[in-house]
Amino acid sequence: MRVKRISRTGFFRALFAFIGVAILCGPAFSEEPVSKASAPERGLAIALEADQRDSGFADTTVNLAMLLNLSGTEEVRREMRQLTLEVEGDGDKSIMVFDRPRDLNGTAILTFTHKVGNDDQWLYLPALKRVKRISSADKSGPFMGSEFAYEDLSSQEVEKYTYTYLRDEPVEDEPCFVVERVPVDPKSGYTRQVTWVDQSEYRLRRVDYYDRKGELLKTMTLAGYTQYLDQYWRPAKMIMKNHQNGKGTTLIFEDYRFRTGLTDSDFNRSALSRIR
Amino acid sequence: MRSIYLSSLILVPLLAVGQFADAAADDAANSIADIASSEWTGYVSLDSRLFFHSPAHPAQDDRSLSAAFQPEYYRNWDDGTQTLAFTPFLRLDANDDERTHADIRELFWRIEAEQFVFKAGVDTVFWGVAESQHLVDIINQTDLVENIDREDKLGQPMLNLDYLNDWGTWQAYLLPYFRERTFPGQDGRLRTEPLIDTDDAIYESGAEEHHVDFALRWSHYFGDWDIGIAHFSGTSREPLLVLDNSGSSPSLRPLYLQIDQTSLDVQVTKGAWLWKLEAIYNQNNIDDYYAYVGGFEFTQFGIAGSTVDLGWLLEYNYDERGDSAATVLQDDIFFGVRFTDNDIHNTRILAGGTVDMDSSSTFANVEASRRLNEHWVIGLEMRLFTNVDKQDPLHQLRDDDYVEIQLTRYF
Repeated sequence: MRVKRISRTGFFRALFAFIGVAILCGPAFSEEPVSKASAPERGLAIALEADQRDSGFADTTVNLAMLLNLSGTEEVRREMRQLTLEVEGDGDKSIMVFDRPRDLNGTAILTFTHKVGNDDQWLYLPALKRVKRISSADKSGPFMGSEFAYEDLSSQEVEKYTYTYLRDEPVEDEPCFVVERVPVDPKSGYTRQVTWVDQSEYRLRRVDYYDRKGELLKTMTLAGYTQYLDQYWRPAKMIMKNHQNGKGTTLIFEDYRFRTGLTDSDFNRSALSRIR
Repeated sequence: MRSIYLSSLILVPLLAVGQFADAAADDAANSIADIASSEWTGYVSLDSRLFFHSPAHPAQDDRSLSAAFQPEYYRNWDDGTQTLAFTPFLRLDANDDERTHADIRELFWRIEAEQFVFKAGVDTVFWGVAESQHLVDIINQTDLVENIDREDKLGQPMLNLDYLNDWGTWQAYLLPYFRERTFPGQDGRLRTEPLIDTDDAIYESGAEEHHVDFALRWSHYFGDWDIGIAHFSGTSREPLLVLDNSGSSPSLRPLYLQIDQTSLDVQVTKGAWLWKLEAIYNQNNIDDYYAYVGGFEFTQFGIAGSTVDLGWLLEYNYDERGDSAATVLQDDIFFGVRFTDNDIHNTRILAGGTVDMDSSSTFANVEASRRLNEHWVIGLEMRLFTNVDKQDPLHQLRDDDYVEIQLTRYF
C-alpha cells in the first residue's frame, strides 16, 4: 500500500514534537544524532518523511485488476477503478467502483478516511439504486474474498499506527529501514506489522502482518514502482501471500492519473450513484 | 404500457443526439482517446416458482416458469459530464399474461456542472434506510408482478435537478406522467379475489395519469448521522382498492388519490450498530395518517475467527390507519438475520419474519444468492404465509407459499 501524506497541521505538530524531543536530549543528539534517537522516534520520523514525500498529489485515478489464486491452478479476476482525493487536515476521500464480475458492475464504495476514529463509508447498490451508509467497523474482514483485508487497502494515515525502528536490511539489494508499526485501532486484525521502507525514496517495499495471536499471517510485497509528476511513486503490483492458508492475491495497478481535476463534489453520496 | 411508448417517443431521439455530440467531440479532440466511453451490460435470468399448496383459483398453476432480459446501455462524453442511459426490461411468463410485460427502467440524459446535476428522462430513485419496508420511497411505482417484496420499480418519467452545497444535497423532481401499479392476472398466483382490474383505474384528479407531480428532498450527513427530509405532492403510488359489482363478475378497481406526503429518514451509524427510522405524514381527502418504521441492524463481523458476518435486524412498523390500512404493516415486528460469507462467491442469505402484533399473522421470508463464476449467479427465494388472520390483506395469499429458484447470467 502506498504511504500517504500527512496534513500540514499534523505534520507541523509532529515536527514541533520532534524538535522538542531534540532540544531535551540536545547534547547527546549533537554528538550522534541518528543512533541516540530512540527507536519509536526514528520509526515515526521515517513514517512522517514517507508521508511528507507523498503530500500534494491532489487527486488520482487508477484501474485495478485483482487476481485471486485459490489453489495451484484456479485463478479468479476482479476489475475495479479507484478515485482518490487528498484532503487537507484529514484522511483522504476515495471511491472504489467495481466493473467485474458483472453481477457487481456499478457497485461502488465511498470512503471518508479519518486520521482518528472510524471512517465514514457508503455503499451504492445499482440494482436498487440505493445508497446505504455501512459500518466501517469491519477492519479485518476479507476484501471481496481476497487475501487483502479492508484495513490493508484503506488510506494509510500516519496516525493509525505507533512505530518502532528495528534495523536496516535490504530488500532485493535495495537498502531499507525496517520499522514495526502497531495499529492504534483495537478492532484491527493485526497485533503488529513489520514494514520495509527503502532508504532512497521512502517507498514501502514489503509488509509482514502478524495476526491477533502474534503469528505471522501474511506478507505483502510491492513491485514495479513508477514516479509520477517527478515526485509521487506508485507500485504496479502488490502481491499478498497468506502463509497460513497458502492462498495469494495480486493487485495490478494500471493507468495512474494525477491531478485529473476531481473536486469535493465528486466525492459524496449522490456522486456515488453517478460514477458507473 | 402506453407510457412506455410515450416516453420512448420523447427520448429515443436523445440516443441519436448523444451519438452525434460524441462524434463531434471526437473530431474536435481526437488526441484524448477515452474522453467518451460507452458500454452494453445487463443480464438474462430464468426462474421457476414452486408453490407448496394447490391453487385457490382454477386458472392458477402449481409452478411457474419465466424469463427476464435487461440490457443496459450507458454512454458518457464531454469529459464524463454528460451521460445517456438506456435500460429496457422484458419479462416473459409462461403462466400469467399480466406478468409478461415490458418496461423502460432507464432512458435519460444527464448533465453535470460544478454543483448542479440535471436529468431528463426515465429513471428510478431510491429514498430510505429501513429493510422491512421502504416507506419514504415514493418517486417510482412498484412493479408488483415482479415480486411482492416491492423492490422492483417501474421507470418514472421525470425532470430532476440536484444542487449540492455545504448544507447538503437539494433535489427537485417534476414528474409529468404517472405509472399505474402492476398486478397479477387471472392465471397468476399471489393475487387477490376478486381480481384487480388494471384496465379500469379510478383517479381523484381529472388529469388522471397526466397529473404533474412534484417532489423536493434535502439530505445530508453529520458525522454518524444521515438525514433526509422530503415532500411529495401528487398522485399516490399506493392505490386503494374499490369493489366494483357492476360488471359480469365483481372486480377490484385501483383508486389513486391525490396526496401530500412529508417524510423523514434517519440513520445513525455507531460502529457495528445501524439505527434507522423512516416516518411519513400523508394528507389526502379521505383520511390523513402517519406511519413509521424504526429499528436497528447489528453486525457481528468474523464470527468465531471465520470470514462470516452475521447481521441481526429488528424493526417495528406502525401505520395509524390500523386494521383498515391499505398496508399489511400496520402494527408489525420484523426480525431478520443476514448471513454474509465474504468469500469469492459472495454468498449471502437474508432470513426474516414479520409478525402482526394483533393477529400474530406471520410472513416468513428467505432470500439467498451465490455467485457461481464470472457470469452466473444462482438465487433462491422462499416466502411463507402462516397463521394469516382473515382481516389481514395477506389472507388473500394464504395458499401461495412458494420457493423460487433463479439463475442469472450477467454480461
